[in-house]
Amino acid sequence: MESFIKQLTEKYQHQSTQLLMILREVQAQYFHVPSQAIDLLVTQLDVPKTQILGVIEFYSFLSATPRGRYDIYISDSITDHMLGKKAVADYLCEKLHTPLGTVRADGLVSIANSSCTGLCDQGPAILVNGHAVGRLNKARIDEIAALIQQKTPVTEWPTSLLQVDDNVQKSGLLLDSHLEKGAAIEAAWQRGLEQTLHEVEKAGLRGRGGAGYTTAWKWHLCYEGYEEDSFCDISVHKQPQRYVVCNADEGEPGTFKDRILLNSYAHELIEGMTLCASIIKSNQGFIYLRGEYLHLYSKLNAVIAERRAAGLLGANILGKNFDFDVEVRLGLGAYICGEESALIESLEGKMGVPRNRPPYPVTSGYLNKPTVVNNVETFVAAAHIGLHGGDWFAAHGTEKSKGTKILSISGDCARPGIYEYPFGTTIKTILEDCGAEDVLGIQVGGPSGTFISNKEFDRKIAFEDLATGGSFIIFNSSRDIFEIVRNFTHFFAHESCGFCTPCRVGTSLMKNQYDKICTGHGSTGDVRELQEIAKLVKSTSHCGLGQTAAQPILTTLERYPELYNAKLKQISFEPGFDLDGSLAIARKLTGRDDSNAHLAQVEEE
Amino acid sequence: MTGTKHITIDGQTVPFEEGQTIMEAAAAAGVYIPHLCHHPEFTPHGSCKLCTVKVNGRSASSCTFPAAEGQEVLNNSDELNADRKRLTQMLFVEGNHFCPSCEKSGNCQLQAVGYHLNMLDNHYPHFFALRDVDASHPDVLVDRNRCIFCSLCVRASHQEGKDVFGIVGRGINKHLAVNSESGKLADSDLSVDDRAAHICPTGAILVRGTAFKVPIGQRLYDHHDIDEVSLGASHE
Ligand SMILES: Cc1cc2nc3c(=O)[nH]c(=O)nc-3n(C[C@H](O)[C@H](O)[C@H](O)COP(=O)(O)O)c2cc1C
Ligand code: SF4
Ligand code: SF4
Ligand code: FES
Repeated sequence: MESFIKQLTEKYQHQSTQLLMILREVQAQYFHVPSQAIDLLVTQLDVPKTQILGVIEFYSFLSATPRGRYDIYISDSITDHMLGKKAVADYLCEKLHTPLGTVRADGLVSIANSSCTGLCDQGPAILVNGHAVGRLNKARIDEIAALIQQKTPVTEWPTSLLQVDDNVQKSGLLLDSHLEKGAAIEAAWQRGLEQTLHEVEKAGLRGRGGAGYTTAWKWHLCYEGYEEDSFCDISVHKQPQRYVVCNADEGEPGTFKDRILLNSYAHELIEGMTLCASIIKSNQGFIYLRGEYLHLYSKLNAVIAERRAAGLLGANILGKNFDFDVEVRLGLGAYICGEESALIESLEGKMGVPRNRPPYPVTSGYLNKPTVVNNVETFVAAAHIGLHGGDWFAAHGTEKSKGTKILSISGDCARPGIYEYPFGTTIKTILEDCGAEDVLGIQVGGPSGTFISNKEFDRKIAFEDLATGGSFIIFNSSRDIFEIVRNFTHFFAHESCGFCTPCRVGTSLMKNQYDKICTGHGSTGDVRELQEIAKLVKSTSHCGLGQTAAQPILTTLERYPELYNAKLKQISFEPGFDLDGSLAIARKLTGRDDSNAHLAQVEEE
Repeated sequence: MTGTKHITIDGQTVPFEEGQTIMEAAAAAGVYIPHLCHHPEFTPHGSCKLCTVKVNGRSASSCTFPAAEGQEVLNNSDELNADRKRLTQMLFVEGNHFCPSCEKSGNCQLQAVGYHLNMLDNHYPHFFALRDVDASHPDVLVDRNRCIFCSLCVRASHQEGKDVFGIVGRGINKHLAVNSESGKLADSDLSVDDRAAHICPTGAILVRGTAFKVPIGQRLYDHHDIDEVSLGASHE
């Protein structure tokens, strides 16, 4: 082990910022991170042991105890459930003789749940040793079980299993065509970099990651610094070292549009990053790629290599005396790392805990240097604007939301997949295009967005109406709102980073409270209590995760009060204590689950 | 410069210096804002959220939020204190706090904030989390049942160049870890003279042999509300 760790740390030049990349390889080698490896890394990287322990426990895809040689994660997104996740998971567990949440005795297989893997249009999906396999059914599971039995490495599995389709159903401004490589950079230099920034401003481009911050303004601030920002030392933001970071964490359940951009529009993405770098004077960029998209890692590196060879990355790009390079870093399963300051912490090799702001990343980001963090789609749009100019882009969309938005459509519709629409498109049009019928409601913008009912189909996709990072999950009238909200509420409790009190404790309280109501043990007082916790978590949490974690509860309570009322017991007070439920631990300890181990038995006799 | 700058807190004019947080400006002016993870001598952490105030109508953590000219801050309102009480109750049910049998009782800031906010019960169902006690060290005891993740011990030890403590893990499963090969405090660099051994606002880190020097009933918060104590010189 010693030589393995030594080689590994040498490969990553003993940089503690590479801790996640290093631990990923240790995990792949030993199926966990052995304590001996931790101690070796403490010396080799010169980091406190607590930092390494913290990272191992924080990220879902690392483990301090051995996982199976085939380590399987089943996507537990609501979209997978709608495609039959439960039955598929049961069959998989049965075929592989491995109950969910366990490691098989011979150490060959382990199976666990994971948050959305971004294959909502082709689920139910699993990750096997990090590789995505979609469209699971009995036949495919039989095939997988056989491959595992024969101990065939995942990389040698047939492409029919590992193939992930783009699934573009409707293209527009960005998806219609490919840019000629380097064309946007060339055009920007010809026009002048300052003028190009002006074009981005004229385009009215706003961030596509959800928050919708004006992109040109973000770039401007990163270069100039806040003049009036008393909080940040002026010498800090006048430093020449700046970073460009692409947020490819795409963790919002139901979102998969960045997957397509990374797979088939990586040149445009990197061109956009390069454009940004030339404007803000940065020489280093990063793509923070979610661990679930491991299948895109080598592809992206190939594109980077190709661009280096073409003189579009590296030293003296296109002879303009401008240096810039891009490195891909992988995440390891943590939704919070999509939040920009948590992402930066993660890039630095730490737990993904959001920072205090101010200072914002534009003045103090990666390694406390000025940093632009933008979504994949934002960079792709910027590349197009770099070539075609601002007016071309601003001619589409609405007054406050220019251009187009790429949506990831999943759930109950005939044609799930990727749809690009000008901002201002109505829900009605979208539902017609994707063939959705008998619709109950739609989760727009993912769990952290808004659940709209079938009375709201005239609303529009736009920052001023329904803002969205791209997730669009359709539910027909056969679906149970409670199961949907419950899935989302569990998701947030699972993904809370735990830094601040309201989100750490509050999301778990909401989860338990919601379960109580779902299982028919709730009373009027319980709904009031749920609402109170939800409001507190929303108003006092540290970052966007906690601030939006109560959205599914609040938006459905507002729209379907009668459904909630129907769920309640017809008494005004229900003890918070479920007598039979509380015996679960005793049942587990004694290994019993027969009818005599349940309380209902007493009543029946 | 155009003279001193001001904010208002609950209508009271409070001066501040460039670079001060709202909490710092308030403390300097003798205005108490409830807090647990804040300590004037350490970089603010911003995690407990007890210090949440409204700044021009929007929620902000006063321990991290910079004061700026003209801000109208709402602090001592019924609504904010009700939220603070709920947050304190969350901290109580998350861990295992049996005040009557705790060595820190009467000197504990968590308990004192509870008193201050008129917290009469725990309100939420308990989590009954399984947490470890580390009694390996000859002079210092760690009882994780009482840890509220304020990170003061982490910050203090980091400042001392020792990094004895760290908060590790995610979400509700977070816990306090010790930096040593065995994970035990005895094998760490901690010495009883370290600031980190004395900084804990609750009874999670205790110096042995000192707990009952002052009898229960005669301790700090048995006789003073935390709002007086906090603004005085002695903070720990
Ligand atoms: C919990 C949370 C998760 C987020 N996840 C993502 C994500 O996966 N991708 C993304 O681009 N932005 C995400 N964001 C938004 C980022 O913080 C940030 O605003 C965005 O990357 C900025 O890029 P943009 O201006 O191009 O949108 C997330 C925010 C929060 C609070
Ligand atoms: S709101 Fe949640 S995710 Fe954000 S910092 Fe607080 S605990 Fe972490
Ligand atoms: S042990 Fe005490 S000082 Fe350290 S984080 Fe926990 S509560 Fe804070
Ligand atoms: S005192 Fe400000 S968040 Fe804890």
